Amino acid sequence: MATNNGLVYLIALPLFGALALLLLGRKADKWGHLLATAMSAGSFAVGLIQLSQMLDREAELRPVTQKLFTWISVGSFNVDASLLLDQLSICFVLLITGVGTLIHIYSISYMSHDKDRRRFFAYLNLFIAAMLLLVLGDSYLNLYVGWEGVGLASYLLIGFWNQKPAYATASKKAFVMNRIGDMGLSFAIMIAFATLGTVSFSGVKEHSHHASEAAMTAIGVMLLVAAVGKSAQFPLQAWLGDAMAGPTPVSALIHAATMVTAGVYLIVRSNFVFDAAPTAQLLVVIVGAITLLFGAIIGMAKDDIKKALAASTMSQIGYMILASGLGPAGYAFAIMHLLTHGFFKAGMFLGAGSVMHGMNDEVNMRKYGGLRKFMPITFVTFGLGYLAIIGVPPFAGFYSKDMIIETALNAGGAKGIILGSVTLLGAAITAFYMTRVMILTFTSPKRWDDNQHPHESPALMWIPMVILSIGSVISGYLLYRGKAFKHWLEPLFEEHGEHTELLPPIVVSGLALTMVAIGVAIAVIKYQLSEIDNVAPEKVSIFTRIARRDLLQDDVNEALFMRPGQAITSALVKIDDSVVDGAVRGVGKMALGSGSALRETQTGFVRSYAVLILIGAAALIAAIWVVTT
Amino acid sequence: MIEFVSPTLDYALLAPILIVLGGAVLGVLIEAFAPRKSRASSQLFITLATLVLSLVSLIRVRDRSSSAAAMESVTFDGAGMLIQGSILIISIISVFLLADQENFTALAAALPGSDEERASLQQDLRVTEIYPLTLFAVAGMMLFPVATDLITLFVALEVLSLPLYLLAGLSRRRRLMSQEAALKYFLLGAFASAFFLMGIAYLYGYSSSVTFAGIHSAVIGGSGNDIYLLLGIAFISVGLLFKVGAVPFHAWSPDVYQGAPTAVTALMAAATKVAAFGAMLRIFYVSFAEAYWQWRPAIIAIALITMVFGSLVAIAQRDVKRMLAYSSIAHAGFLLSGVVALSKSGLESSIFYLFAYGIATVGAFGVVTLVRDSAGEVTDLNRWSGLGKRSPWVATAFAGFLLAFAGIPLTSGFIGKFSIFSAAYESGSTAILITGVLSSAIAAFFYIRVIVLMFFKDPVEDGTSVVIPSIYTQITITVSAVATFALGIYPTPLINFIQSSAAFLR
Repeated sequence: MATNNGLVYLIALPLFGALALLLLGRKADKWGHLLATAMSAGSFAVGLIQLSQMLDREAELRPVTQKLFTWISVGSFNVDASLLLDQLSICFVLLITGVGTLIHIYSISYMSHDKDRRRFFAYLNLFIAAMLLLVLGDSYLNLYVGWEGVGLASYLLIGFWNQKPAYATASKKAFVMNRIGDMGLSFAIMIAFATLGTVSFSGVKEHSHHASEAAMTAIGVMLLVAAVGKSAQFPLQAWLGDAMAGPTPVSALIHAATMVTAGVYLIVRSNFVFDAAPTAQLLVVIVGAITLLFGAIIGMAKDDIKKALAASTMSQIGYMILASGLGPAGYAFAIMHLLTHGFFKAGMFLGAGSVMHGMNDEVNMRKYGGLRKFMPITFVTFGLGYLAIIGVPPFAGFYSKDMIIETALNAGGAKGIILGSVTLLGAAITAFYMTRVMILTFTSPKRWDDNQHPHESPALMWIPMVILSIGSVISGYLLYRGKAFKHWLEPLFEEHGEHTELLPPIVVSGLALTMVAIGVAIAVIKYQLSEIDNVAPEKVSIFTRIARRDLLQDDVNEALFMRPGQAITSALVKIDDSVVDGAVRGVGKMALGSGSALRETQTGFVRSYAVLILIGAAALIAAIWVVTT
Repeated sequence: MIEFVSPTLDYALLAPILIVLGGAVLGVLIEAFAPRKSRASSQLFITLATLVLSLVSLIRVRDRSSSAAAMESVTFDGAGMLIQGSILIISIISVFLLADQENFTALAAALPGSDEERASLQQDLRVTEIYPLTLFAVAGMMLFPVATDLITLFVALEVLSLPLYLLAGLSRRRRLMSQEAALKYFLLGAFASAFFLMGIAYLYGYSSSVTFAGIHSAVIGGSGNDIYLLLGIAFISVGLLFKVGAVPFHAWSPDVYQGAPTAVTALMAAATKVAAFGAMLRIFYVSFAEAYWQWRPAIIAIALITMVFGSLVAIAQRDVKRMLAYSSIAHAGFLLSGVVALSKSGLESSIFYLFAYGIATVGAFGVVTLVRDSAGEVTDLNRWSGLGKRSPWVATAFAGFLLAFAGIPLTSGFIGKFSIFSAAYESGSTAILITGVLSSAIAAFFYIRVIVLMFFKDPVEDGTSVVIPSIYTQITITVSAVATFALGIYPTPLINFIQSSAAFLR
């Protein structure tokens, strides 16, 4: 594979920005945000140059690497710190740096009143660098460094306003739940090394053909655990809603467009593992299917605009995970949906931020209404994102989601029918709850107090929103046209076999659009055409109440893990105190006692020392004598 | 009638020892003829120059080996070169400690508490004899591990011991205690030397030879009277075990370590131990190796007792110098496991351990010289509490040395302990491995207790302070600390060097 010494700049620029801003401290307050934005934009420019160079090469010559240094060299275990840029990682590089730069620009204005804006930008740059390392690493170990790095950045940014205890708790919750996933990744790496003797992507890929299926399944399941943690999939989904405590640009960048999709990247990157482990692959599909419904149902019941969007993110990533579990047929569509989702979901989060900006940080949609007139640009950009996510042609989400539904239906047999139904049902629910968000926020009569003065956000905020909304409109068609994206990624995957076609594509599209129409219609009847309370109604069915409580995810976690965990911990502390410490203290006391006793032999008199030597000499002779004879 | 044969000497190989002796003689001349004012600085310069010159001449012949450097009396080989080099490097570092005049009495001959003593203090006199005495001791130490006949061995033992007896009595403060220590050391040393001489006599009776090679062939031939061999080994061992401070021949060391001027203690604890173990390794590996089944169980027993005893009693110490003395006893036990390993890896790990331990010891005693109140050094451990808050650098360096003694990873002590215990284990001494690790754990307890005392207790207000280190002491502590960590983090070059050179020539 060709080497390219430019790759390191992708990571080095934002990393430099983060370090400079953190080390310079208050000195950089005045211009820190500009430096950080420039670093992110610079990284994006490097990414574009790499893309144009890559387009000039033949398909099989496109991947390039750069070895930075020999990282670990212990016996047969050799890991270089190397970067790998191929057709898959370039997509992520451009998404991360492109959307990242827009969000940097947006944040300049959004965070302008925060006295810690410099620190915020330092963390953003740190995140960009870590995320780039995650997608550029050429081995699981390099990926792991980035994986932990984005976890750290996410933790720091969720808890950015940690003066509020609830926000600090939210960041801790995200961190702890992510640890479970991280453990899965570290186990996967250990199993890979123990059974295959290598942790690089190319090495594992080579071995995947003749390694035992059991080993591949174990690695695959552990990778899935990692993906589930990072991408907020069932059953580790509970942290994402709380993560909305972070500033809204963070939600847009990390918890919508990039970091939470790292799980999808991991699974698609490890396609060779899952292709060799059907059981693990099936688990991936199941997790995806459950989560896409789970998130959609929660989304229906949320009144907090950011939490509704978060639930939607969870559900959309469920689509991606499901697609990536469908094997070579689905990988390209998983990534395609990931990219289009990156545009429209980031755009909608920025829109939500813009609404909050105009509404004194109010997040309850029941206190919105009629904002169309006051924030026309936000309304239009959010609306384009809305059309994209529910999958109206020709907006971006239509192409990518339609492809996933089609691939799911074509998975064959009962599996295909079940998955197809789930994805179609998900499409209907998505249409319902997103329409609800639109109506509650923009088109229904106003429900806010007179002391609110909604206004459009400044240009620095709406320009990124406009750019993202353009992406929400055209990106789907651009990637779909002539199967461009599928062919782009094709060299990376091993296609095998032909696919059955359950239904012709046009029928699938028709079905999907019908489902969407049903969802939209119900929402319009329920919200646009009837009165909306500005407080959530109390007398609701048990199902609504459960959905409002996030389908009891926190109650389950508390009952199953937290309380027993606390009980075990306090029991262990007691045991540690009485038994372990007791034993240690006992040994210490015993040693001290015997030490003091032995010390008595030290009388200070030369005569007694001499006698001691004499006795010692006699004992030595006796000992040798006994042994000899 | 015995014909007198003029000895053939290989001067290049003897040069390192001869240079040190020459420097010592030069130092004596300076004492006699140079004006008092210029003595201290010129003595320090000559001592350092001598030691460095000796080290250079040693490096020049590092690849040579000969069993006839001075007839059959001195053998120069890789192991001898490494041990001599260690002694020289440790001596160079500890000479800087001698340069601090606060350590030594102004006039050695003055009675403690007399008018003469007060007058000498007022005149700001200094004993500069310490420099030639140190050089004589170092010369003896360098001859000790390369001597290959028993007579030369004994001469080397006395050459290294006599100056040390004197030096031990030269403390500036608490002079009575210092002189008592010197006398004790001298009496017990003489007693041990007597055992040593008896051992020589028995071995001569056994093999009709005083050379190591002669004894070795007699052991192989098996023609001699085994009782003589047994007594010879036992008595020689008593003499050597006394020098290394193994239980039950250790009793002198806490008293002497405490009483002697700290700079001398550092030299004694580090360089003397290297020399004594060097000689012990040679005689056991070269002469007694074939009779190992006779002596090994006894030496293993002594090693075990020494480790456990040293570690246990160290816990109960309230005085930092006594604590370091018991720690050095425990280390003698650990080092004995290198002797009983009786293998190439045992030899290599012993040499590494000796070097690493010696460097850390000099550093630790260097720190002890810095903690003082108006009456001199403060060695009461309780008064060291909170040192980390008052002088973080000094306390950190001391903590580093203690961690090295405890054998915590990333310090030289860990590499040393790990390699010496694995060598002992490879040779079949599982008991040594288990006891060694257990007593290391006990030892870690008191080292870490001192660290806790320094860093996590509040300082007591009693006038204890750390003096600003003179440039000399600074050099000693810095070099020792850097070496201790460097050998813990990247020991490979030194280990490779030791592996390529360490071998005894028979």
